[in-house]
Amino acid sequence: MASFLQVFILIPVLGFLVLLLIPEKKEMLISWTCFVFVGLHVGLSLGFLVYWLLNGHEPLNLKDIVLLSAGDYEFLIDFYFDPITAVYLFVGSILTFLVTVYSRYYLHRERGYKRFFNTILFFYIGYNITIFSGNFETLFIGWEILGISSFLLIAFYRDKYLPVKNAVKVFSVYRIGDVGLLLAMWMSHHLWHENITFIKLGDYALVHEHLQIHSVIGVFISLMILASASAKSAQLPFSSWLPRAMEGPTPSSAIFYGSLAVHLGVFLLLRTFPFWEQQTSVRILIAVIGLTTTIVSTGIARVQSSIKAQIAYASIAQIGLMFIEVAAGLESLALFHFAGNAFLRTYQLLVSPSVVSYLIREQFYTFYPPQRSMEDFLPKRLANTFYMLGIKEWNLDSLLYRYLWNPAKWVGNRLNFMTLNRLVIVFVPFYLIGLFCLYNREIVPASILTCLPVAFSFTAVVMVLKSFTERKRARVAWLLTIMNHFFVVLAISFNEAFDYSSQGLLYLSGVFVAGTVGFICLSRLKSIEKSLNLQQFHGYSQKHPVLAFIFLLSCLGVSGFPITPTFIGEDLMFTHIHENQAVLAFFTSLSFIIDGLAIMRIYARIFLGPYQKSMYEMAYRSY
Amino acid sequence: MKTHTSLFDEHEVLHELKHYLPAQAPLKDFVHHNTLHAFQTLKFHKALQKASELFGYKTSLSLDEFRAHYASKRIREDVLQRVIVERKGANLAKVWAEKAINYPYKTARQPRIGSLRANWKKEYHIDLDSMVHPILFRILCSYLDQGISIWNFPIRDKDFLSSMREMEQTSFTSVFRTKQAKKLFLTTECTIPELLTLLVGDESLYEHYLFDQQFAHAGWSGLVGVVEDLPETLLDTRKISLHDLIVFELLLEIDALYYQFGNDWTPLGNWLQHKPIDLFADIPDTELSDIMVIWQEAFEWSYYDQVVAGLEFEPHDNIPIALKSFQAMFCIDDRECSLRRYLEEFDPACETFGTPGFFGVDCFYQPEEGKYYTKICPVPISPRHLIKESESKSKRQQDLHFNKHAHSFHSGWLISQTLGFWAALRLFANIFRPSMTPAAASSFKHMDNLSRLTIENTNLADRENGLQIGYTIDEMAVRVEGLLKSIGLVENFASIVYIVGHGASSVNNPHYAAYDCGACSGRAGSVNARAMSYMANHPQVRAILRSKGVDIPATTQFIGALHDTTRDEVAFFDEASLSPENLEKHKAAIATFAEALDYNAKERSRRFESIDSKLSPKRIHEKIRERSVSLFEPRPELNHATNALTIIGRRSLTKSLFLDRRSFLNSYDYQVDPEGKYLFTILKAAAPVTGGINLEYFFSRVDNQQLGAGTKLPHNVMGLIGVANGMDGDLRPGLPSQMIEVHDPIRMFFIIEHFPDIVLKVIQELYATYEWFINEWVHLMVVDPQTQTFYVFKEGAFLPYKLLMDHIDTVSDITPILETHQEDLPIYILS
Repeated sequence: MASFLQVFILIPVLGFLVLLLIPEKKEMLISWTCFVFVGLHVGLSLGFLVYWLLNGHEPLNLKDIVLLSAGDYEFLIDFYFDPITAVYLFVGSILTFLVTVYSRYYLHRERGYKRFFNTILFFYIGYNITIFSGNFETLFIGWEILGISSFLLIAFYRDKYLPVKNAVKVFSVYRIGDVGLLLAMWMSHHLWHENITFIKLGDYALVHEHLQIHSVIGVFISLMILASASAKSAQLPFSSWLPRAMEGPTPSSAIFYGSLAVHLGVFLLLRTFPFWEQQTSVRILIAVIGLTTTIVSTGIARVQSSIKAQIAYASIAQIGLMFIEVAAGLESLALFHFAGNAFLRTYQLLVSPSVVSYLIREQFYTFYPPQRSMEDFLPKRLANTFYMLGIKEWNLDSLLYRYLWNPAKWVGNRLNFMTLNRLVIVFVPFYLIGLFCLYNREIVPASILTCLPVAFSFTAVVMVLKSFTERKRARVAWLLTIMNHFFVVLAISFNEAFDYSSQGLLYLSGVFVAGTVGFICLSRLKSIEKSLNLQQFHGYSQKHPVLAFIFLLSCLGVSGFPITPTFIGEDLMFTHIHENQAVLAFFTSLSFIIDGLAIMRIYARIFLGPYQKSMYEMAYRSY
Repeated sequence: MKTHTSLFDEHEVLHELKHYLPAQAPLKDFVHHNTLHAFQTLKFHKALQKASELFGYKTSLSLDEFRAHYASKRIREDVLQRVIVERKGANLAKVWAEKAINYPYKTARQPRIGSLRANWKKEYHIDLDSMVHPILFRILCSYLDQGISIWNFPIRDKDFLSSMREMEQTSFTSVFRTKQAKKLFLTTECTIPELLTLLVGDESLYEHYLFDQQFAHAGWSGLVGVVEDLPETLLDTRKISLHDLIVFELLLEIDALYYQFGNDWTPLGNWLQHKPIDLFADIPDTELSDIMVIWQEAFEWSYYDQVVAGLEFEPHDNIPIALKSFQAMFCIDDRECSLRRYLEEFDPACETFGTPGFFGVDCFYQPEEGKYYTKICPVPISPRHLIKESESKSKRQQDLHFNKHAHSFHSGWLISQTLGFWAALRLFANIFRPSMTPAAASSFKHMDNLSRLTIENTNLADRENGLQIGYTIDEMAVRVEGLLKSIGLVENFASIVYIVGHGASSVNNPHYAAYDCGACSGRAGSVNARAMSYMANHPQVRAILRSKGVDIPATTQFIGALHDTTRDEVAFFDEASLSPENLEKHKAAIATFAEALDYNAKERSRRFESIDSKLSPKRIHEKIRERSVSLFEPRPELNHATNALTIIGRRSLTKSLFLDRRSFLNSYDYQVDPEGKYLFTILKAAAPVTGGINLEYFFSRVDNQQLGAGTKLPHNVMGLIGVANGMDGDLRPGLPSQMIEVHDPIRMFFIIEHFPDIVLKVIQELYATYEWFINEWVHLMVVDPQTQTFYVFKEGAFLPYKLLMDHIDTVSDITPILETHQEDLPIYILS
């Protein structure tokens, strides 16, 4: 029975691949294909659920494929099925099915009809991998796919300014969540000395025993999980991304940001509950975050005057309550609440255009001018303060900018002296010296040797910071993101007996191939379009769709997306960082975060946004 | 002459700005108008060129699109030749033809708008738009919000700036990021020139700067301008003005600069290196602009010439109907054109008329329990009468899914776990079995069928808020006489005369008002139809009419009705008042209507991908009805798309032509109105109404990004007054792409059946009307009813028209063509 679990992943994957082959013009065929695969999925899901319920509803675990085995390190794909998966599968498959059918007509004649359904299936792959995942590694694969598909859905109208801008914004928040998960995985390797499966986490005694000895590590892992869950579920302080994600066609907003994607943070908490169940302080913290989010976002929802933003914040408030429920150990209630909220918000978003005729009519018949709200009973000064804070979303949006991106940009701008030549002259020899030392460790003094990992990883961070803020030359920015990976590997290689030539090259092979392909794409584009800067959005995907697609693939490759060995490599890198090397872990994770951002920035700036050389020289900005 | 003491005249600039900004009212009052109304004082082609140069609008199809139409023969070669010869002379015709068809031109160029303000980004590397717009839009939307937010703007009774000032004074936080801006706002008077001194410095740049600034978000600025002039367009009124908006925005810009640079910045005028070209400086004609004019004219006349050919070659043998089964008046709306054709086909003894769908009933309407009056006549009219509904039997239904309690966490907790699951079922039901819900906008909800209307006024003291409730006998007689004479129905009355208003039903459609009757200010025409029937049935009114030469037989009864153009359904009102003989005839007529509606649905279905047009009319009609209540259907109907003609004349002129639902048909008999008195009234309304509809479709089609609303799929409803993309976007006036995609951007072609000299006199009577014709915003042709010759209006005179086409196909049954073609069809003669 457990081996049947893979089918739920395979169906959307198959659907996705088949869909790729269908020509763009064949609307009927595209929608039918999507309908058949998603329909098959929902049918099997419901059948499976019934069968499972009637047959004792025991959790199922499937150790699927070992992707890499090196010494005590093993990267394996593992699937798991329990009541939590069951509920998420039930809600997810029904909603995806309904929205697929809905979109068949709704998107009729829209440019990007095929792209839309492909992205939906892609998202659905990520969703299923996530909810069926049996260990952190598998979950992480799903998590990454969700991030990319979200980016693509928000930027569905890729020739417009705001969707692309917001897609990058949301992606950057997701990136924080990803790295939270990566760090949690890093520490849990050290805690368990294996890739722990979720089914093992359910072993109370085992968890208890480990946490007794390593309580700090335990707290660290929990905090990282919480950070990741909060980012995904738009809890404080990340809430402001959710309303901004509503840039795509209404059905995609409804299903992803109204219901499925945004509830995955709750899923992560439910899934890891056995782990942090015994850490009272963490449970209190989760509840506090949930409660604060609930209160703040209700306040924001009450003053929103645009319908989608209002629904988004109302949904965030309910998810905050779910956090509390999970923290309190009320698993069934949280699951029930999730299902209800997901259905309700999907429906509310889908019918949101109706709100005009409905509410205007209500107003016409029932309006009384001096409408009082409960806030009117507050002292005036306090009420007005809360109102204004609600309008400004408690500055959440600008806070992210001020404390996360602006410092990075500030540092990057200090690095303006680095030109391509200087980079080559200084850092290539630097790297070669590093390599030389790596193979001749005996000649390097021990005191220097211990500093080298940090030094090299710091260099890696400098590379990506520079790349992230590069304004003029796209290709330099691109090269920097690749050099980043090289320095990371070098840094880790010094850390311990790490085999640069096998494991390191496994990691770098993906980066190298993807990096080269990307570089060729950019050079090609530059030779056609003459200049290639990153000052503004260029929107070249309109003119060079094939190049855009290939470049997107290479972006995914370089940023460690699970299509190249680099993905496993990222995880592998972290296993070689010791639990007491906080600085190294910090730099490495920082370089991964910013690397992903820098890459998506390059992609967005060059290929997305309003097409500059069209009729609209002055690209109209406000939509 | 005005003397300028200063370079910057604030009043003048604000006035100009408002003139150029989009003038679209909030969604509930959506009425079509000429998008480029500000340019209407210019000749059409010059206006287009200017709008494009100034604001960067695309104002026609692209050169490539025209050439593609030429290659596919939609633009005819002979027509192109003629246009070129007319404009460039026979000698140069060859050269210009070559240029038009083959010469490569560079079409991208920089508009003038935005060029001054762009210097902030160029020199200071500051993106003012992204720092100012989000908060500005949110504040504006919250202040103007009509009912989305649960907690409204706290200070509502003051004007915008005073409210904001009070908010600033009485809160611990601020909308501004810096103390400097806040202080400026609270301690100084903040006049526009003062703020501009700080920001721009150079007085000669002020006007350009304000245009740049406001046109960076034309949607919101336009709406504020409309609300300023017409506060009653919001049910929950607000005092806001363009002036207030500009002051507030200038402050936000100053705030952004202080935030970014501290005190380390100086006004733009101080360091500006190249003064941009004056916004309104002359625009010279170019070779490319001439070529675009040639293509536009050729595109238009390729169609018009065919229409004229149809009028020329159709059989001219009209046998009057001896015994009429019924007569029916419809709105002139292009959507009624095919229904009338089917009625006449299935019952050759009936007779149909077209007239603006408010049927001369110029009033406000108040439904029972309604808190407001609704205007149900053309926008320019200021009614002095009120019709009230009473004894309504229907109850308004509610939908809990719109309940705002779902947005609070405590009640939301309960609602999501209960109603949430119900929502899933509802969604399931609507996707697989769409049905009418309270959320849908339905034309039949406008008025309850069985309610009573106070149409007649028996006591002049019956007044409410300055409006007279109901019409007196004399007032009624004037309106009935006006209506009947303008459509030429003064004798040979059938025993039943239907007056059929129209409306539309749709769901999930913020633009629902655009689908209803434009002559009723974007409402359904049911009240008007019913009221006019009541008036025409009134014995005392008939007595007065008799004295004026209109003798309506006692057996004739008028019956109001409403045609839902989306669902293709008709509801009849006050059927109980029919005499037994008429009731029998009415039953027969109902059957005719039912069949005609089925076929009308079938004809409409040819444009819809999801319906197989070969199915039986009944089956298609079911699907059409389903479509109108489907949440997932962004095209419940295509509204006025493809409109191109306005024909004012007797039905005999068009009865044997297939016009493909592209024509507004206004019944008019020149014999009843030899001096053109009624023609004047007709044109006074028809030119701006049908011309406005046509031009709104025109411009939304050619530039759907800037002059239209873009695709409706990602639209987010803002404050119940407009739609925007996402959360931080500008409002999007104009029509969404789903409404205009099948539309061909050609101007309205007016055809009037009368004598040229009379028509010339009539159109020149009022300049506002004449402007439409003399400035070529619509084309005009006259058919001399006696000689059947055609005259085209050019440069103020009527010249004989030389027809190019020599043949029009005749078809005996149009149905097979309808079943197999999706695109615009040519004119056919029906036999």
